[in-house]
Amino acid sequence: MLMLEAGRKYVPESETPMFQTPDLAPLNGAGTPDKRFDFYDATVDGGWQVPGEPYVSSEEPGARFKWWRARMLGGRTNHWGRIALRNGPYDFKPHTRDGLGFDWPIDYADVAPYYDKVERLIGVYGTSEGLENTPNSPEGCLLPPPAPLVSDLLILQRARRVGVPVIPGHRAVLTRPLDFKNSPALLHPGNVKAQRLIAADMRRRAACLWATPCNRGCSIRANYQSTTVHLPPALATGNLDIVTDAMVSQVVMGRNGRATGVRFFAKTSGDKTRGGETRGVEHEASARVVVLAASACETVRILLNSKSASFPEGLANSSGNVGRYLMDSVGSSVEGQVPLLEGLPPQNEDGASGDAVYAPWWLYREQRKGQLDFARGYHIEMGGGRRMPGVGTMEGTEWLTGGSYGRRFKEDARRLYGSFVYFSGRGEMIPNDGSYCEIDPVVKDRWGIPVLRFHWQWSAHETRQAAHMQTTFTDIIEAMGGRVKSPAITDGARAIGAGGSIIHEVGGAIMGATPQTSVTNAWGQTWDVKNLFVTDGAVFASNADKNPTLTIMALAWRAADHMVAAMRRREL
Amino acid sequence: MDRRTTLQWMTAAAGMPLLGLRAGADADTAVVARAVAGTGAGESAGYGTDPDLTRVYRPGDVWPLTLSEAERRTAAVLCDLILPADESSPSASSVGVVDFLDEWVSAPYRRQQADRPLVLAGLAWLDEESQRRFERPFATLDGTQQRAIGDDICDEARARAEFAEAAKFFARYRDLTAGGYYSSPEGRRDIGYVGNVPQVNFVGPPAVLLAKLGLA
Repeated sequence: MLMLEAGRKYVPESETPMFQTPDLAPLNGAGTPDKRFDFYDATVDGGWQVPGEPYVSSEEPGARFKWWRARMLGGRTNHWGRIALRNGPYDFKPHTRDGLGFDWPIDYADVAPYYDKVERLIGVYGTSEGLENTPNSPEGCLLPPPAPLVSDLLILQRARRVGVPVIPGHRAVLTRPLDFKNSPALLHPGNVKAQRLIAADMRRRAACLWATPCNRGCSIRANYQSTTVHLPPALATGNLDIVTDAMVSQVVMGRNGRATGVRFFAKTSGDKTRGGETRGVEHEASARVVVLAASACETVRILLNSKSASFPEGLANSSGNVGRYLMDSVGSSVEGQVPLLEGLPPQNEDGASGDAVYAPWWLYREQRKGQLDFARGYHIEMGGGRRMPGVGTMEGTEWLTGGSYGRRFKEDARRLYGSFVYFSGRGEMIPNDGSYCEIDPVVKDRWGIPVLRFHWQWSAHETRQAAHMQTTFTDIIEAMGGRVKSPAITDGARAIGAGGSIIHEVGGAIMGATPQTSVTNAWGQTWDVKNLFVTDGAVFASNADKNPTLTIMALAWRAADHMVAAMRRREL
Repeated sequence: MDRRTTLQWMTAAAGMPLLGLRAGADADTAVVARAVAGTGAGESAGYGTDPDLTRVYRPGDVWPLTLSEAERRTAAVLCDLILPADESSPSASSVGVVDFLDEWVSAPYRRQQADRPLVLAGLAWLDEESQRRFERPFATLDGTQQRAIGDDICDEARARAEFAEAAKFFARYRDLTAGGYYSSPEGRRDIGYVGNVPQVNFVGPPAVLLAKLGLA
């Protein structure tokens, strides 16, 4: 197997800034255009812009799309929030339930065994609470959740008073070592070599040491990132070659209507431009089966750039749907300050670095009765605590300090530290005709590969949901006896973030039941090209409020099983 | 604000060079990528998109510091007016906050470049105001004199109209001073952060605390 990665080799064991403190970083770690979230975030050559790799989008509010990329082995799995939620049964049949969007050609029962496997393999903490459309995991799949913080417990108590259920979060962090004795046989039944390699690798992953933020990556491999979980045992098989700095431009087709491989630029080869960049040397890699997992939009870009006489509109695009139905999550946040949490004695609240608790969507019944003015749900990510101070600590606190300075400001800082709580909604977006991407006719990247042009539009289902988030979060903060700095934003168009800003973009090559309405079948196999598969978020037919990563992994595993079986049968 | 002071703020702000800032260097405004120039590799005047995350950086390591000695003197006195030494912790200037501020206003990024004219004009204004009231530079005032000016500009919401610009400067300067201070080892200790140490278990809050808050 050959894996091509557009970014550079990345070694979490030696590159992760474990325990580095902000004062050791430029600007004490503050985010910059070079490192957008913060200096230590595990994003290499990425962010909202990638050097030499532009994209095009409107800057109009509401029409803007922001695209987060990383150019590193393991991609965005290195920095993600590790929130790992299963889609529920409703989430695969949304059109059947409310007539909007699209059903998937599979249902929860098809994916459930793969959720089980992924949870066992990567390690996910959480509990099974039996709540509506919030699936339980079978015994043995989940690790115990971390102890909640004081702020988590206060949120839990007070949110209940306004009707919001708060339960342990689900995150891909090892709160204890993996079950290397029992899990390997369940993950790879009948494959002794795979079992042996997985067992050995599970034993090399340490449990969480309850310090240093997960978005930096983890050198002891206590959380999930592709580079510490998937790739080491895959490489240990001896069956995998990885080529990094390989920028794929298109899929190459043979005369028989099958893909023969891909064309790519070896980025670090070739002569240099006047700016000192290498131009890259173009290569072709051949394969029996081609799998695109470049991230939803990059996969769309490769397909649309793979034009030929047989495929003038791009590859696998006979439906005209490649690039269409891009979805992100609806995002809106509120912060508050809670006097009850002021002046508490110092204690270590690093925990598992966030999201010990969350609230799954809880208003299904109200939605069914038509009591809400938006069709789909959201979950709430939340927290507080005495996090590692940084450049934002005490920023903009005049509303609480009255503009104190001197000794009183120091006292205010000690008193207020740890008394802030945040609530972030992550909601389902319904696919629409105004949210899509296509190839820009003019702009090209530094290798001459045409780039994407994005179009974006929220519907009232999303903007009203964002407004609902604002009032709900404000209600919870006030139920905690807390205060918000500014009133809830009730204009949903102002409350909602830009498209792409939650970095949950999916769709663009959706799976479906027919070749006329979708790009791939239920296995991510493109309808038009039998040996071409898509295994990233591009195949999502809907984007439930649940963060997409766990589902991407489950569907990829399912697609891989299908491919192997088909290859054994000589169908591929 | 009188005419003389207004002009002073405006000239100060207009006179500040934007250090090495290029169109398209900031991702927030460069999403419309017709501005392909400026997003090429190696063009960043900062630390770039793939800095070594494990080395120790000190102010001045990546881009030069630019404040004059006189500005740094005023900056130090103002830092310590905001965060002085007390029984439990040292002053802002003694833990490197002036270096941090100098690094900040000297940085090639848009957000920092936006702070630069405000900070420089503010520091200049402090000396002007100090000369006007006490006929001495701000750095040589005694505590009572410093606070006489400080009290007039410490709260944007309450500041008189003539001090509106100065209060805006003070608010931002206090944010930056606090940011530099509380991200330092001494500041972390003072504010009560006791994490960032490896532990075998994470036990959560003590029962006595939960009982106190009615969460037991």
